[in-house]
Amino acid sequence: MPRLSIEDLKRIREDAKQTLTLRSGTARARVTVHMGTCGISAGARDVMGALLKEIENLKIDDVIVTTSGCAGLCSREPMATVELAGQPPVKYVDLKPDRIVRVLKEHVLGGKIVTDFALASGCETTG
Amino acid sequence: MAFRTHVLVCAGTGCVSGDSFATAKALEAEVQKQGLASEVKVVRTGCQGFCAQGPIVIVQPDGIFYCGVNQKSAAHLVQEHFLKGRPVKNLMYSPPAEKSPIPALKDIPFFAKQKLVVLRNRGIIDPERIDDYIAVDGYTALVKAVTEMTPEQIIGEIKRSGLRGRGGGGFPAGIKWETCRHAAKARGVEPVVVCNADEGDPGAFMDRSIIESDPHAVLEGMIIGARAIGCQEGFVYIRNEYPLARQRLLHAIEQARDYGFLGKDILGTGMDFDIEIVQGAGAFVCGESTALMASLEGRVGEPRAKYIHTVEYGYQNRPTNLNNVETWANVPLILNRGAQWFAGMGTGEVGDNPWNGSSGTKVFSMVGKVNNTGLIEVPMGITLREIVFDIGGGIPGGRKFKAVQTGGPSGGCLPEELLDMPVDFDSLTGAGSMMGSGGMIVMDDQTCMVEVARYFISFLTEESCGKCVPCREGLRTSLDALNRITQGKGSPEDIDLLHEIGAVMQDCCLCALGTSAPNPVLSTLQYFKEEFNAHIKDHICPAGACRDLIEYVIDPEKCDGCHACVAGCSTKAIMGDVKKQHILDKTLCIKCGACVEMCKREAINKVPRSHAA
Repeated sequence: MPRLSIEDLKRIREDAKQTLTLRSGTARARVTVHMGTCGISAGARDVMGALLKEIENLKIDDVIVTTSGCAGLCSREPMATVELAGQPPVKYVDLKPDRIVRVLKEHVLGGKIVTDFALASGCETTG
Repeated sequence: MAFRTHVLVCAGTGCVSGDSFATAKALEAEVQKQGLASEVKVVRTGCQGFCAQGPIVIVQPDGIFYCGVNQKSAAHLVQEHFLKGRPVKNLMYSPPAEKSPIPALKDIPFFAKQKLVVLRNRGIIDPERIDDYIAVDGYTALVKAVTEMTPEQIIGEIKRSGLRGRGGGGFPAGIKWETCRHAAKARGVEPVVVCNADEGDPGAFMDRSIIESDPHAVLEGMIIGARAIGCQEGFVYIRNEYPLARQRLLHAIEQARDYGFLGKDILGTGMDFDIEIVQGAGAFVCGESTALMASLEGRVGEPRAKYIHTVEYGYQNRPTNLNNVETWANVPLILNRGAQWFAGMGTGEVGDNPWNGSSGTKVFSMVGKVNNTGLIEVPMGITLREIVFDIGGGIPGGRKFKAVQTGGPSGGCLPEELLDMPVDFDSLTGAGSMMGSGGMIVMDDQTCMVEVARYFISFLTEESCGKCVPCREGLRTSLDALNRITQGKGSPEDIDLLHEIGAVMQDCCLCALGTSAPNPVLSTLQYFKEEFNAHIKDHICPAGACRDLIEYVIDPEKCDGCHACVAGCSTKAIMGDVKKQHILDKTLCIKCGACVEMCKREAINKVPRSHAA
């Protein structure tokens, strides 16, 4: 990787913003599994594994799966955030491998929020 | 004259990184151009909680919600909506057809009262991808620092913002940086920056979470600090117990080197700076500045007297600037958004005296007897009550709140009367506790305050390095006294002894571990004296927590001989045939309480130990 100039940095920012906002991409959704130490110790790796396996089984290629840090509510881990293009992100709590598969099928593919383990929609307040 | 329309442009961190300031400026320019300046007012507001669709613009009183409004669409919006009165459909947020079956995050108290600055990227970016961090304006503050600002200007901005050290001491970061820069210049010695990630307080995990969620924010802060102070060398001292945080930080450093944010000739500006990770070996005292630097040098982690400050003679006797993880993570945003913005949060104000109040936000890890345990970030000046009851959701099982412990083993326990106290550096210190690095332990009426004090003193006794006598012997003697009290063998003289030792330690110990060690004892003595007296005079533990002062008894009226408790008892202390009343052998009982959990008829009770036993 060549070292960046300030101009390169601007270009990377514009490109990376596109994928981070789902605005112009071809992906229909992004699923973020929260993998801080708290999430992992509560079983986030198994949740992630089950999600990836099911996506492979169903041959889905337009869903971005990514990881992120602790979502804050450690007592309700493992958590994941599902964001469909053009809709506010939805946070899921108390996940298990079978539950994330349900979320994938019903919410990501079916467009219907799984109210059994959905906590809320929207983003957190920033300064 | 009143304005007919207010245009609210979100200026939360999320939308600002989507360049909402440019949107606001473009709106204002177009409003001016169309001659609507006396009718339409553009207002910058706080976060609207819909950052994914930013920049957000809300038009009142119409209540129309626009999303993704950029510089280009702003002019169109003004012409169509404000001039011709036709709301712009393709910029409007189209809600899902049916009403959402779940609440909005903003309506859940746990999230509503938080304000994310340091944790702004938590749960949003992938901490292992530098491009994700760049997408949310990562490393733009560094560009600003190396191209537009002199070191003096950077230091001035940090000073004016009122950023105080988040590791617990609350020392103004700008003053520390300035002193370090001057010391290095005066002596002609190269200075060093260090990040303290040796988070050792029981129940604290703020710094771990910050590094795990957003490692580049910490690195960017350090590089800016290095630019301001004039360093080429930096260290992150991280504890060995944080493998994931260390791994993500290592990965982040490699990526930053690849991109040229670290190493030689940073961003082509001629600045050289690199960061090395050093692992601690699990000693609590190594979070103390002089002990940390001894450990960095490869020596035993013991503190030294600090009449000479580490900003002048620290690592290898070079001027050394040590800040904690959270302090560093605040730096990029202060440079990007200005001292004024930062000081606008919390109880501080922008000005020449950074000691004045507490600016910004603070991250806390909230644990113990509270419903929502987790990692929170709140504006300084919020009350303890809001933190414990609104964000924390109160005490589980409807039990009564007793105390909240702030500041880790060096902090104090604050009672219910102080719940409306604002949380800032000076209020907490004034109440006999401290901000500390941000551990917050909530306790209910089943927690014994004498036992809490005993626990922290026993932790510190093990962690004391033993170099100075007041700490080494003072802690041991205090622990003996507290052990006697929790066993019901204490005397009123033990209280006097604890006060006396506490006062001596505060005056005479070599480092902050020792001088703050009496805090858990002195604050519980101040606020919960009657609990100490109950243990000493009546040999009763009012919370029913001290095992030497309680016993379990089976209520013959209620016991139906179901035998469930017998299976739960690990020491076989309960005897009796099925369907016949059971008997508990007090000589075998270890008072673990497992039988109480098993009993379906509430026939086993915890009672104060009878003196005859």
